[in-house]
Amino acid sequence: MSKDELKLTEQQWDRLALLRSMLRIRRIEEAIAERYAEQEMRCPTHLCIGQEAIAVGVSAVLSRDDVVFSNHRAHGHYIAKGGNVRALIAELYGRSTGCCGGRGGSMHLIDLDVGFMGATPIVGGTVPLAVGSAWAASLKDEKRVSVVFFGDGCFEEGVVHESLNFAALHKLPILFVCENNEFSVYTRMSERQPDRPIYRIAEAHGMAAYHGDGNDVEEVLSIAEAAMDRARNGGGPQFIELSTYRWREHCGPNFDDHLNYRSESEIESGLKDCPIANFASRLELSNILTQSVMDSFEAEFSEEIADAFEFALSSAKPSSKEAGERVYA
Amino acid sequence: MPESGMREITYAQAIREGLDQAMEQDANVIVIGEGVPDPKAIFNTTAELREKYGARRVFDMPLSENGVTGVCIGAALSGMRPVMIHQRIDFALLAMDQLVNNAAKWHYMFDGKASVPLVVRVIVGRGWGQGPQHSQSLQAMFSLVPGLKVIMPTTAHDAKGMLISAIEDNNPVMFIEHRWLHQIKDTVPETYYRVPLGQSKVLHEGDTVTVAAFSHMAVEALIAAKALMSVMGIAIEVLDMRSVSPLDVASVLRSVRKTGRLIVADTAFRTGSVAGELITQVVEQAFSALKLPPARIALPDHPMPTSPFMAEHYYPGPETIVAAVADMLGIDKNSDAYIKLTGLLVREGPHDTPNPGFTGPF
Ligand SMILES: Cc1ncc(C[n+]2csc(CCOP(=O)(O)OP(=O)(O)O)c2C)c(N)n1
Ligand SMILES: [Mg+2]
Repeated sequence: MSKDELKLTEQQWDRLALLRSMLRIRRIEEAIAERYAEQEMRCPTHLCIGQEAIAVGVSAVLSRDDVVFSNHRAHGHYIAKGGNVRALIAELYGRSTGCCGGRGGSMHLIDLDVGFMGATPIVGGTVPLAVGSAWAASLKDEKRVSVVFFGDGCFEEGVVHESLNFAALHKLPILFVCENNEFSVYTRMSERQPDRPIYRIAEAHGMAAYHGDGNDVEEVLSIAEAAMDRARNGGGPQFIELSTYRWREHCGPNFDDHLNYRSESEIESGLKDCPIANFASRLELSNILTQSVMDSFEAEFSEEIADAFEFALSSAKPSSKEAGERVYA
Repeated sequence: MPESGMREITYAQAIREGLDQAMEQDANVIVIGEGVPDPKAIFNTTAELREKYGARRVFDMPLSENGVTGVCIGAALSGMRPVMIHQRIDFALLAMDQLVNNAAKWHYMFDGKASVPLVVRVIVGRGWGQGPQHSQSLQAMFSLVPGLKVIMPTTAHDAKGMLISAIEDNNPVMFIEHRWLHQIKDTVPETYYRVPLGQSKVLHEGDTVTVAAFSHMAVEALIAAKALMSVMGIAIEVLDMRSVSPLDVASVLRSVRKTGRLIVADTAFRTGSVAGELITQVVEQAFSALKLPPARIALPDHPMPTSPFMAEHYYPGPETIVAAVADMLGIDKNSDAYIKLTGLLVREGPHDTPNPGFTGPF
């Protein structure tokens, strides 16, 4: 399927690519969720289903040289940056061909070939690392921008504020992306923070800061594009807060609505605000998306996913004898 | 208060009950931690406390481990008795400054004029790919800080009694739980009772080898002891150390003077471990009582890999203890009896879950 075959303009094609990228992440994560019950992916796993627009909208404006750091909920960030999907699935299965050779699992992802520098699950841990990477770029006069994804809960960590201050002080080329899904595990914002916008605090640290609808991929893209443009051109650190909603349990493959920590109406409106469905209907209305395009995406992804799982499951299992390697460089 | 009203409850239930009764006894006891009032209630160890004591005594918290630890220290200096909870001990690393520089030193550096009655409950993760950042056992790190007490109760009975003692204690206490202990049942009194800090307990009597074990390794040592007794008639003495600081060296010395042999089983990395410290003290004080060099059973000096294939032999178990005992006693590992013994110790189900019913992810 190509732009010309579909008779789309460059711009229309790019819009379609956003949908494609979100849908791809969704399908990969749904496959993970479905097969998790087989008990062969034996690691804590945090899915970003419902939040794909942020990873996709931001990554769409990054170049290959720009680098990304992330957190426990990293699959979408990794895939959107171009991370190797076979190596992701193999990592979940603890295989030698995984992106960490099996040492990390879902919560620890890396793909240096595409500038995905590392995702780790100690909340806040990678935020200063991204600042450090931006610092190195600035010290070495390299053009890349550093990007870090983190949650609303993470914004409560002291190290985040220390990082914002340092980045602002040194006017570093960094984009902070706060994914505000209102929750830290089961705890909503109102039990953790006073009622005031997160991005305004970043602003008070001395940087440009914006807020947007994290479920609208085009809004994410346009905010990120402007921010990246400033970051690339000496505008110093940029902060964007994007509102979104986590569909499934904090950790694990299932829905956990039976726990009653969010009301039925809240869940209903959360699910209704699907970044993929909303954008798909917008594209349909603009005659960019048709059922046959959708079908071809689905066919492509199910093939890619089947291949990645097969790759993972047929990959070598590391031996316990290797466990002691790699402690020192 | 006497211990009465015995019944079987789990370690997690015992902790919940200990917290509940401590809050009932003293209105200054408050509980705070990420997830304390949520539907999972820290593996059900804080269930219904908010309903019972209200939102002014039972708190969730921002993800601000270092800051909130300092806030708890300040509250403790000002009449409260906070119990702070981290779902993983790895998260408490963010609070090291407050714990080490303030909580541990306050009483000393201000000439005993003030003290910090703070309990920090931390949980050691294991299994299901907890991996490098969610599985560490950091008791040695805390134990090298004078002024902090560090305890690791193994049984539900001791978890409740030591939690109550820790809350009543005027010092900061790190209360380290092992995730795999939470579901284990034990006979626990209904009453409010104390188990003293800094005292070990004999779990199994014997005269051949002393096995001093910490936390979940005491469970493993008891399994080893029972198997050795039933198959070979060999009696090893198992001490559940229960505390790391203060460390009950005296009881270990007493046992070693009887057995002449010492194995220390720890849940942590080998090098720099509490096991190493205990052995040092025994060697310093009872060198001549030892018939053989003491042995350490601990984790290898590398992080836990997430992959279940790589992690398979990471954790020592009863079979490791039995092998160390056999080495010390010169038991032929090819003998029928030894083979029968090790056959008994083969665990059912996957190696990375506490019991076959556990299906992840946490
Ligand atoms: C320092 C630290 N504290 C606590 C945790 C446990 N934990 C893991 S993810 C998480 C919630 C993080 O919330 P947020 O940053 O909003 O990200 P989200 O999960 O919503 O994507 C918590 C509390 C942790 N991993 N690290
Ligand atoms: Mg969140």
